[in-house]
Amino acid sequence: MGKTLVEKILAAHADEDVVAGKIVWIGIDVRSARDFGGANVVKNFKKYYPGNKVEDPKKTFFTFDCNVPANTIPYANNQQICRNFAWEQGIKLYDVDAGIGSHVMIEEGLGYPGSTVVGTDSHLNIMGAVGAFGQGMGDQDIAFVFKTGKTWFEVPGSIVVNIKGDLPKTCSAKDLTLFITGKLGTKTALGKAIEFRGSAIDKLDLAGRITLASMATEMGAIIGLIVPNKEVLKHFGQKKAITPDRDAVYEKTIDLDISGLKPQIAKPPKPDAVVDVESLGGRPIHSVFIGSCTNGTYEDIVSVAKIMKGRKVKPGIVATLVPATMKVWKRLLKDGHISTLIESGFVVSNPGCGGCASGQIGMTGEGQVHISTSNRNFAGKQGAGDTYLASPETAAASAILGRIATLQEVE
Amino acid sequence: MIFKGRAWVLLRQGKLIDDIDTDMIFHNKYLAITEIAEMGQYAFDNLEGYRDFAKKAQPGDIVITGQNFGSGSSRQHAVDCFAALKIICVAAQSFGAIYKRNAINSGFPILTIKDIDLAKVKSGDIVEMDSEAGTIKAGGQAIGKLKPLSTVQKDILKAGNVFEYAKTL
Repeated sequence: MGKTLVEKILAAHADEDVVAGKIVWIGIDVRSARDFGGANVVKNFKKYYPGNKVEDPKKTFFTFDCNVPANTIPYANNQQICRNFAWEQGIKLYDVDAGIGSHVMIEEGLGYPGSTVVGTDSHLNIMGAVGAFGQGMGDQDIAFVFKTGKTWFEVPGSIVVNIKGDLPKTCSAKDLTLFITGKLGTKTALGKAIEFRGSAIDKLDLAGRITLASMATEMGAIIGLIVPNKEVLKHFGQKKAITPDRDAVYEKTIDLDISGLKPQIAKPPKPDAVVDVESLGGRPIHSVFIGSCTNGTYEDIVSVAKIMKGRKVKPGIVATLVPATMKVWKRLLKDGHISTLIESGFVVSNPGCGGCASGQIGMTGEGQVHISTSNRNFAGKQGAGDTYLASPETAAASAILGRIATLQEVE
Repeated sequence: MIFKGRAWVLLRQGKLIDDIDTDMIFHNKYLAITEIAEMGQYAFDNLEGYRDFAKKAQPGDIVITGQNFGSGSSRQHAVDCFAALKIICVAAQSFGAIYKRNAINSGFPILTIKDIDLAKVKSGDIVEMDSEAGTIKAGGQAIGKLKPLSTVQKDILKAGNVFEYAKTL
């Protein structure tokens, strides 16, 4: 019997047969913890393995991205606990300047096609964007992996999401991602691996793949995998992608046609409450956030900068922007986009997760109507406001007009 | 294993609540907490209708809830806050993937409900869940069924947590 993509990746890291439903032990290539969860990983490690070394310091990392630099004393304490442990153990630490851990891993090639990556970030399954197995885990799980280099895993069953048609020019990868999230809801793919397929998927650049894979979490999936194209393989210096077997067994195939797709938006308080942007009748907004692991890449922010060139954020609207990593930040600075964004009225912050995990940027107050390019709009998550999830282009257009709007309304 | 205790049946409009995410269970503003004993007081403090849960919960209580419980973040706090309150188990129609692992690895009992007759149980009733027999009872009467535990969950529960379990391998 043939193997699905997730079975193939896991099988390459196991000493036993890997088949959906089975519990197997998997070797882990990248073991990481961030500033949230990291201190508890250290605490668990010291409790259960006092005086021990991590299994392989070269495969173990800390990535600070939630609260950077720390704006609360407890976070500062937790970050210092991680730094001290990293120094004791000889573990590389990407400190408060580096940016979102998962993006740093892709940039630096720590996680690569076919690899297995775990960490305390629930969006670490974003690694599916490069055809790698990534998984967010709790602090006990990660402490165990730090020590042993492996973990048990129940091999997920797989479903195919087959995208038909081309992505219209008026839509971006986020619109496609929201559309799929709306169609699948939180239960269709719960606990499953998704394989995204179709020519529109093949054509997505790495940034677009990151956007799509990042929201597998909101689809309830273990991971959303995309077979790397030439661009992605080149980024990692690889020649051939791991592909699923032709006779692999899937639980179901879902066909979705995107040929007539319009810009999409998720209404509060659920990421799968997705509708056409135009159906909201231009509801007035108070604020806009651009960034997060879903839409913080260079390409996402350049797209916003191009829209903002010669335009202004409407007076009274708070517009914030957080590039994913310092590398992205430096490139935006060099190419002149940071100054465009600041001139247009955006507050541009240092790299990181923004407000997604109690960071500084993108929180909302009661009654505030907010558009975010991130991935979650659960009640109360980023404050008491109403958060809508949309593409960088929709967010930028809405910042200019002061109401929920598509880019076509600006141009 | 048999879990017997006072039930919290988490309902909205007469149905078990689905998609309770980790920010509703244990909000991100408390994430810097590392002491398990301090976590209990914040359990469900962002879940509409149950914000007073931590004040009213008693050791030995059982939480009964809907599909995709614990979706969202990887925070262990969302499991540990129940352990801190000495809740003996959470029974849901399904769990978010990371939540499921966190509970299993830390040895906190979670049970998956196959079916339950909500007309026969309300919050405050004593319920009895038998993970081996797969039964849910209230007032001596069968009111529903549980899905079987996986082998790994049974083994880890028996050992105490994943660290102790690993020593037995």
